[in-house]
Amino acid sequence: MSERRVVLTGMGLVTPLGEDVEGVWSRLIAGTSAIGPVTRYDASTFATNFAAEVRGFDLERAIGEEAGRHQGAGQSTHFALAAAARAWAQAGLGPGAGAGPEGVDPRRIGIYLGAGEGPPDFENFSAANIAGWDAERREVDGHAWARVAYERLSKVRELEQEPNMTVGRLAKAFGCRGPAFNCMTACAASTQAVGEASEQIRRGDADVMLAGGAHSMIHPLGMTGFIRLTAMSTRRDDPATASRPFDATRDGFVMGEGAGIVVIEELGHALARGATPLAEIAGYGASADAFRITDIQPEGRGAASAMRQACAQAGIDPTRPDSAGRAPVQYVNAHGTGTQENDKIETAAVRAAFGEMADKLLFGSVKSMLGHLIQAAGAVELITCVKAIQTGIVPPTLNLKNPDPRCDLDHVAGVARDLNASGGVDVCLSNSFGFGGQNNTVCVRRYEG
Amino acid sequence: MRQRVGITGIGAVSGLGIGGDALWDGLCAPRSAIGPITGFDASGLRSRLGSEVPGLSVRESVPKSYRKATKVMCRDTELAVVAARLAALDAGLRTRGSQDGDEGFEIAGERLGCHIGAGLIAAETGELGRAQATAVDEQGAFSIRAWGSMGDEARGGMENLTPLWMLKYLPNMPACHVTIVHGCEGPSNTITCFEASSLLCLGESARVIERGGADVCFSGGTESKLNPVGMLRLEYAGRLAEVGEDAEGAGVVRPYDPGSAGGVAGEGAGILALESIDHARARGARVYAQVAGFGAAQSPGAVDAIYGRGSGLDEGLSDAIVSALRDAGIGAEQIDAIVPGAQGAAALDRAEGDALARVFGDRLREIPLVTISPNIGSCVAGHGALQASVGAMCLQRQMLPGRIHAGTPADGLQAGACDPRDAKLTHVLVCASALGGQNAAIVLRKSD
Repeated sequence: MSERRVVLTGMGLVTPLGEDVEGVWSRLIAGTSAIGPVTRYDASTFATNFAAEVRGFDLERAIGEEAGRHQGAGQSTHFALAAAARAWAQAGLGPGAGAGPEGVDPRRIGIYLGAGEGPPDFENFSAANIAGWDAERREVDGHAWARVAYERLSKVRELEQEPNMTVGRLAKAFGCRGPAFNCMTACAASTQAVGEASEQIRRGDADVMLAGGAHSMIHPLGMTGFIRLTAMSTRRDDPATASRPFDATRDGFVMGEGAGIVVIEELGHALARGATPLAEIAGYGASADAFRITDIQPEGRGAASAMRQACAQAGIDPTRPDSAGRAPVQYVNAHGTGTQENDKIETAAVRAAFGEMADKLLFGSVKSMLGHLIQAAGAVELITCVKAIQTGIVPPTLNLKNPDPRCDLDHVAGVARDLNASGGVDVCLSNSFGFGGQNNTVCVRRYEG
Repeated sequence: MRQRVGITGIGAVSGLGIGGDALWDGLCAPRSAIGPITGFDASGLRSRLGSEVPGLSVRESVPKSYRKATKVMCRDTELAVVAARLAALDAGLRTRGSQDGDEGFEIAGERLGCHIGAGLIAAETGELGRAQATAVDEQGAFSIRAWGSMGDEARGGMENLTPLWMLKYLPNMPACHVTIVHGCEGPSNTITCFEASSLLCLGESARVIERGGADVCFSGGTESKLNPVGMLRLEYAGRLAEVGEDAEGAGVVRPYDPGSAGGVAGEGAGILALESIDHARARGARVYAQVAGFGAAQSPGAVDAIYGRGSGLDEGLSDAIVSALRDAGIGAEQIDAIVPGAQGAAALDRAEGDALARVFGDRLREIPLVTISPNIGSCVAGHGALQASVGAMCLQRQMLPGRIHAGTPADGLQAGACDPRDAKLTHVLVCASALGGQNAAIVLRKSD
């Protein structure tokens, strides 16, 4: 049996830099920051009071009348529906949300998302918690908690927080009946989802997969969690430059939100129905650090392993130049969060995986502009890799002005790089590493028949 | 060439006790672990029974050097860490977390994967309530400005949460702690699909081993819904019977009985050691059963069903079962027993029964159904791996455990009360359907 190849035939985005792939791409290339004050809630006293928010989102504009059937869903599910509708349309799978696929057996279309939980009903949850806290006895009064909870927490808002509801709603909107999964490996989730979805297709368990992720943690509990972990930048006086991957002065990541959904497909299936392969998903790697829940393995062993596996599946030796004498991977889209630890160790991991070739590749982070979309980050960044292949241009790492000697690769500081004179971009890796040590890399390659 | 995959270790933690034998013996008795909830004040909830795990001690399940880390484990993580150690010991694997001088096969970290299903883990209301109560206005309502720590109105309320507060509740923490304790450096994932989480993880681990990505995976799921938020959501999801603490625990959950009042919340983890059969043979390991087939499918109508529109399952569950049978290369007539979800929530059980009938036709009435929810409640993301543990033990022991049932199953389904008995079993089907519409099925085959 010949190997089943996996190609990407549709891409959809909802990001803090816009919702159409071309527009987002042009803003990335121009070095535009999406970061500003938090407007979702009053974050004025929060140590981090800024984020990269999606602005002006309108579900109905994205999916038409179908929006009416999803009003109760959480914000991140709405993002996923909009992004999926765009990917679905580009892939030519059918008229859009609310109608099933055209010419494809719905049982052969699966879904694999790394969707996050829906935003909590913070106001009402807080009311129940405060009512339930018996300060004298120093314990929860279950009766008091439940009285307020039953009164104020709604069935819809509670159930729509379940992370698999996003998959359920995509299946409903597009009529998908194939294998369906949702994973939550923190910041690695949507890269893992695309990778595992590609394995579903390779094995023949599905012909088409909707894959990617959606997430928003720009709510009081999400921001609180990361502030307490001291993982986010606290540069309150200058939010636009707060996300500084690889810069010596970086002080943490900046929260973003959004969704990235792709349609991936078995090559022959795509060609037979006249779809255009936009790129090939050539390899996937997954590993665990098995080190500490709060820290990354200092040598980046897990990260290097994920990159090596992705290259190996793509048939690439990362330590040897390609036939044109270039690095075998021209662009590694970094996890690049802008925390001291990640950027230093990820750089070491790229060196470990690529050896001397590390100095010939570009290793930048679009989180400098988009912020960190948490579970949605990987899929959005994968789409930027496809655009890099299509245009031959690699987006910059913004705000990188004071190089950190431990981050000593070519990070595309400040200005986008046009590689067309040296043969463009043919192969990219997209890295995503989760809190707790789960690591994922996807290898994207220019499609050649 | 695809590697064949088997179950070589069982780590089961449920209301019936710690370990696969405790689960099996409890099912054979048959005994129910369902009773009044003692772990928290459930007095204000409409469903006040649960199946609690007795005597769980996570500190004894980790190396001394890792005991400090148990302070940031929520209950779901504790259950998984305990279950994973049991799986390692049962499989005769020596990892850095299981060794303690034990003998066994020492496996290389990069060949050891970990896929653990989990739910949306609710923050403890006491931990949060205590902190939030420090940030209230004159009327006693929560003040977001008092919660923060910058400026005149800030009172630093959030600083009453421990710095690692959020890490305690991330759904990937069960898998992350298990990978750290046992040194699993291979592929690792956390699948969060409510009741289907465990079986989807078992399927994914099997695929990883099959394609050569690992030799062994810790695989399964974990969850405790025995907390206020968890039980509220389960109740909202139509999973729970409204029963007071005085109700007879063993009589509540009545699978496939149209008169069943609903299910009961449980807690538990099933972590199995899945292993390439060649690898297991080479090291002389016992194989409980072969994972012969896996299938998954989605029910597009499930979301509507949550809100009372439609029956929900569509053909998703039957599609998943058919796909698992095809993957195993067998026909429906070759299934000798089924370990279904059978939660005791009448609408869900009816949809599940319909799906089974679509696949098995009239013969369904002749196939023994192994139900575990009357004994251990619903362990949601952990449930499927407990089902699979029981299925594997049935095949290995060539026995069916007893059943508890205080009513009458519909349509002549073989789910009524009975005693344990010997049975000739070659193939056992395990299946689950999730809130949200994901369905998964696994065919287990008697080890040759």
